[in-house]
Amino acid sequence: MGTAEGIGISVARREGRAKLTGASRYVADEGWPGGLWGATVRAPVAHGRILGLRFEPGLPWEEFTIVAAADLAAMGWRNRVESIEPDQPFLAEGVINHAEEPVLLLAHADRHLLERARRAVTVEVEPLPAVLDLDEALACAQAVGGRRNLFKEILIERGDPDGAWAGAAWVVAGEYRTGAQEQLYIETNGMSARVDPGEHGPELTVRGSLQCPYYVHAALARLFGLPGEAVRVIQMETGGAFGGKEDYPSIIAGHAALLAWKAGRPVTILYDREEDMACTTKRHPSRSRLRTAFDAEGRLLAMETDFLLDAGAYTTLSPVVLSRGAIHALGPYRCPHVRIHARAVATHTPPNGAFRGFGAPQSLFAMERHMDRSAARIGLDPVELRRRNLLRRGDRMATGQLVDEDLDLAGLMDRALADLGYADKRAEYARANAGGGPLKRGVGLAVFMHGCGFTGSGETHLASVTGVEAQADGRVGVLAASTEMGQGKETVFTQIVSEALGIPNDLVAIAPADTRRVPNSGPTVASRSTMVVGRLVQDAALALKQALLQGQFLREPYDGEGFRAAVRAAHAARGPMTCYAEYQRPAGLVWDDVHYRGDAYPTFSWACYAVAVAVDTVTWEVQVEDFVARQEVGRVINPILAAGQIEGGVAQGLGWALWEKVETVQGRMVNNQMTNYIVATAMDLPRIRVFFEENLPSAMGPGGAKGLGELPMDGPAPAVLGAVQDALGLCGLRELPLTPERLLAAVEEGAP
Amino acid sequence: MTTQPGGKILLSVTVNGCERAVEVYPMARLLDVLREELGLPGTKEGCGEGECGACSVLMDGRLVNSCLVPAVQAQGADLTTIEGLAQGDRLHPVQAAFLAHNGAQCGFCTPGMVLAAADLLARCDRPGEADIRAGLAGNICRCTGYVRIVDAVRMAAEAGAEPGERP
Amino acid sequence: MRADVPACAVAVPRSLREALELLAEAPGWRPLAGGTDLMVPFAAGRLGDTRFLSLQRLDELRGQAVTAGAITFGALATFTDLLRDPAVGRHLPNLVRSARATGAVAIQNRATLGGNLANASPAADTPPALLAYGAEVELCSLRGARWLPYADFHTGYKRTTLAADELLTRVRVPLPGPGFHFYRKVGTRAAQAVSKVCLAAFARVEDGFVREFRVGLGSVAPIPLRALQAEAAVLGQPVAALPRRAAREALMADLSPIDDLRSTAHYRREVAGNVLTQALGELAAYLNIVL
Repeated sequence: MGTAEGIGISVARREGRAKLTGASRYVADEGWPGGLWGATVRAPVAHGRILGLRFEPGLPWEEFTIVAAADLAAMGWRNRVESIEPDQPFLAEGVINHAEEPVLLLAHADRHLLERARRAVTVEVEPLPAVLDLDEALACAQAVGGRRNLFKEILIERGDPDGAWAGAAWVVAGEYRTGAQEQLYIETNGMSARVDPGEHGPELTVRGSLQCPYYVHAALARLFGLPGEAVRVIQMETGGAFGGKEDYPSIIAGHAALLAWKAGRPVTILYDREEDMACTTKRHPSRSRLRTAFDAEGRLLAMETDFLLDAGAYTTLSPVVLSRGAIHALGPYRCPHVRIHARAVATHTPPNGAFRGFGAPQSLFAMERHMDRSAARIGLDPVELRRRNLLRRGDRMATGQLVDEDLDLAGLMDRALADLGYADKRAEYARANAGGGPLKRGVGLAVFMHGCGFTGSGETHLASVTGVEAQADGRVGVLAASTEMGQGKETVFTQIVSEALGIPNDLVAIAPADTRRVPNSGPTVASRSTMVVGRLVQDAALALKQALLQGQFLREPYDGEGFRAAVRAAHAARGPMTCYAEYQRPAGLVWDDVHYRGDAYPTFSWACYAVAVAVDTVTWEVQVEDFVARQEVGRVINPILAAGQIEGGVAQGLGWALWEKVETVQGRMVNNQMTNYIVATAMDLPRIRVFFEENLPSAMGPGGAKGLGELPMDGPAPAVLGAVQDALGLCGLRELPLTPERLLAAVEEGAP
Repeated sequence: MTTQPGGKILLSVTVNGCERAVEVYPMARLLDVLREELGLPGTKEGCGEGECGACSVLMDGRLVNSCLVPAVQAQGADLTTIEGLAQGDRLHPVQAAFLAHNGAQCGFCTPGMVLAAADLLARCDRPGEADIRAGLAGNICRCTGYVRIVDAVRMAAEAGAEPGERP
Repeated sequence: MRADVPACAVAVPRSLREALELLAEAPGWRPLAGGTDLMVPFAAGRLGDTRFLSLQRLDELRGQAVTAGAITFGALATFTDLLRDPAVGRHLPNLVRSARATGAVAIQNRATLGGNLANASPAADTPPALLAYGAEVELCSLRGARWLPYADFHTGYKRTTLAADELLTRVRVPLPGPGFHFYRKVGTRAAQAVSKVCLAAFARVEDGFVREFRVGLGSVAPIPLRALQAEAAVLGQPVAALPRRAAREALMADLSPIDDLRSTAHYRREVAGNVLTQALGELAAYLNIVL
C-alpha cells in the first residue's frame, strides 16, 4: 500500500499553486453582485454615556442603510455576542465601555460616499472616568465588568505553599510584565453577508476571513434567533489569523448580517489596517509577581505567582486564556509547593483575545526570566539551575498531572545547546566582550512546554465530529471544520488519510470549511488540528474503509486504482456513505474544573530554544544572530510544513520580545499603522534553525503526533532576554518588549 | 492636462502584455485600479501605507508599491502583476521554487513577495543571503519568518532565472 | 482607503514652465512627485489637499550630472537613480547610504530627492547627508530661479522657504574632495524604518588637523539641521586627540529631541551622542588608514 505520500513526508502543499499565481480569492477579492459596502461608526472615548447621534447635514442619508442598537431591540434580536459570558453587545447601547466600541452601522453602494458618511456621524458622549490601569481595576472603586472587575479567577495550589519559605536557602522575587501584541495577519479582517428568503424563513449566508466557522455560526444563530440550518458560514481563503480571527469575525459577521438584513442586499465589511489594529483583539498584557524558594542545591522548594491578565472591557475569551496561562505558569519544572493565583481583570479597553500561545507565553516568560535571574542570584549557571529542576517521568506538574512519558528534558536541552554551540559561544563572547568594542554578545535559552488541545474538559464539551465520505469521482472527501490559514491543514489531513488508507494524495479531497458541508469539528485553535481533529479524520477514514470492505466494494490488498474504482462503485450504489468520528475523551484523563487539579491537557509538546545575540552599545539595539528551536512533538506529519510553523512562530516571538509595542493613549491604540507598529522584515531576522524530536509519540494523535502550532511562541522572548542578560551582565530585564529605549533605561538603572 | 474635481481620465496601460484602457479617477490608487477596473485581484492591500509590500507590482520594469501610485502617474506604463508572471501552465522559476520550498503559507504577502523576488533576480543573478534579505526587505511576511522564502529565492537563482530576463 | 478620491483634481504639466504657470495663477496646487510620502496621509484621509500638480512629465527635472566641481541632481532623481550612479557612489557615499537606508527597493524606485526635501520631515534620510556636504537647492518660479544653501531651506517643523508659487527644481552638491565620510541612521528596524536618530558627517583633514567638519542631524529637532556647536568643538582639533567628550556635550546644545510614538527624547539624546562618538572614533582611525 502506497504510503509514499503519508505521514512523515514533506509532500508539496496542495493549496500552494493558487496562492502563487494570484488565483486565490480572499474576501476582498470577490463580492456578491448588487452588494453594498458596510462601515462602522465607533466610540470616541474609552468610557462614557451615549447622549445621541448627530448626522451632519448635506449627505443623502436617506440612501444609507443604518443600524443602531435600538434596531436590534425593535426586531427582537439579541444584542449580545455569543461567548462564555455574553456581556459584549454587537452595538453599544447607552454606555461605551472601550474606545472604538461599535455604535452604529452604515451601508451604501458608493464606497467613497460611505467613508464621508462614516466621518459625518458624531457620537455625542458624556465622558466618564475610564479605568485603564490593572491596580485601579483591582481596587474596584469603579465597576468595569465581571465580578468585582474580574472575569475569571483561578487558584492552583499544591502541597503547602506557605510553609516552604522559612527553610529555604534562597528566596527570589520578581515582577515581570508583557505588553499587548497585535497579530498583524497581512490580510485584514473582512466578512460578507446576505439574507435570502428560504422555504422556512430567512436564510443567512456569510463568508469571509475567519478561523472558526462554527463560532460565527453560533453567534449569528443566537443574534437573530435563527435555527442552525438557516445559517451558513463559509470560510474563504484566509490571509493569516494566529488567533486574531478566532472570535472577532463573529462581530463583523453580525454587523454585515444586520446591514444585509435591513438593506435587503448583500453587504461586505472590510477593515483597513488602521481600523483593524485599533479595534480588534490583541494578546493580553500581563503582570506576574513571582516568588520562588530554592534549597542550597538550587532545587525549587516553592513557587508562588500572582498572574494578572488585562482582559479589556468584556469577558470574551479571557477566562480560557487565563486558564492556559495559569496552568503553564510553573514552566517545565518540578516543585512540591505551588500557588498560582491568576486573575483576568476588566479595564475600559478593547477586549483582548486569542493570539498564538494564548496566555502561556505570558506566564512562561515570567518563569523563564525568573529562573535566569535566580541563577545569577544563587550563583549557578542558568543551564545548571534548570537541569536540577526539569520535570522527569513520575513527577507531577502544577495541577498534579503526572508526567507519564519518558521525558528527557535535560537531554533535549543539551542537544539544543549543542546545536547553537552554546558553551563555545559563551566562552568566546566572554573573552570578546572584555576586549572593548561596541558589540556585546551573549547566549540565552528557554525550556518550556505547551499543552495540546483544549484545556481540561474543553475537548469533551466541544464534542468534535469529522466525516469522511465516498465521492462520485472515486476520491474520498474529508469533512472537517478546520480552516486552512497558511499552516497547510489541507495537506496534513490529506497525508493522514493517505497513510490510514494506503492511497495516494490525489485520491483525497478536502471539503471547504462551509457549515453546510462539514460537521462541527471545533475551532482551529489550541494546537489541536493535527492531534485532535486529525485523529478524528483518521478514524473516520478508517471507518469508511471498513464500510467499503463490509459492503464488498473493496477487497484487500488494493492499490490506488482499485481503491478509486471501489469508491466510485460504492457511491453509485449507496451515495456518500459518510462515516463520522466523534471525539472521545481518552480513558484515564481526569480533570477538576473547580480546583484546577488533574490532567490539564491530554499531552504536552516540549522544547528548548537557544539564541545568540549581539547588543550594540551605541544604539542599544539587539541583533539576533543565531536561533535554534528544538522540540519534542511526538510525530511530524509533514516536516517542511512543521518547520514553517516553528519558523513563523519564532519570528512572532522575537517580535514580541524586541520590537512590537502597542502604544495607547486614553485606552486607544495610537500606533495603529504598520509604519509605527514594528514587525520584523527579512533584514531583521537570522536564519531560524529548527530541529524536531519524535521520541515521545502521543497516544492520541495520528502517527503519534502532538500539537505544535503555538509552541514556538513560548520560547523566544525569555531566551532573548536571557541572552541580553548574558551579554551585559544585567539581570533586571523584566519587561516586554525590550526596546532599545527600555534597554538603555535598564542599563542606566543597573537594576538587579 | 488638468482634470476637474469629479473628473476621470482615460488610463491607457499595458498590463501583463495586454493593452488596456479604463476610465478612472486620477487620484485613484493604482492598486484599486488593478483590482477593480482591470479585474486583477491578485495584487493585495495589506496596509495602504507602502510598508508591507503586499501591493507590489512591476511598473516599467521597476518594483513599486501600487498603493502609493496615483492612477494618473501610471499613464502609459507597462505593468506586470502576479497574474502575469506564469506563462500559461509554466510557472516562473520563483513561483516554482516557492512551491517546492513552502515559501508561501497564508499566501497574502505572496504576490508581492514573488514579484519582489523576480525583480531581485532580474537585477542580480547570484544574490547572497544578505542581498536576498535586502531585496525582500520591503515585503512583510507574518507567517514564515522568511526562512523558506530566502531558501526559495536562492534555489530559483541557482535554477536560473536568467540575468536580465524580465519577468 | 479614506481619501475623497472623486473630489480631487489633477494637473499634469508637460514642462517646468507650464507647472510654474499653474502654481502662479492658482495657488493651492500640491506638487506630487513620487508619491511615497504624500500618498500615505492622502489614503488615510488626513491630507486636506484635493488639487494635485503631478510632476511626472517634467523630464528636465530628472537625472543627475557632474558639472563643474559638483554633482547636480534634478528634483525628480529617484533614490534608485542615486544608488546606481557611479559618480554619486564615488564622491558622495553618505548620500548613497542615505538612499539605501530609506524604505526598501519599491520605495527607492519611486521616492525622489526633491520630494524628500520638500516634504520637510525632520526624520527624512537624505537631509543629514546633504547638510554634511554643504548642498544647495534651487527654487524656481515664474519670477525666476534662486539658489540657497540647503541649510537655510527649513524654517520650522514641516515648513520651508518655498513660496506658494515655487518648486524645488535642483539640488547641487559640491564635490567634497578626499575626506572622511560617515552616515548612520538609527531606525525602528533594519529596513522600512522611520529614523529615530540620524547623523551624517564629513571631515577634511590636513597635516593631522581637522580643517573642515560638517555634521548633519535628523530626527533630533523640528528640522534637519547642522550640529554647529559640535562642529565648533572639533574644527581645528588634532585628529590624534579629538575632544570626544567636549564634542558630545556641545552636541547636546544642538539637539532638541522629543518623545513621540517611535522613541524618547532621552534615547535620542544619548544615542546621538553615542553615534557622534562613534563617528569621531572612526575619524581617528581613518587618519591612520590614510597615513
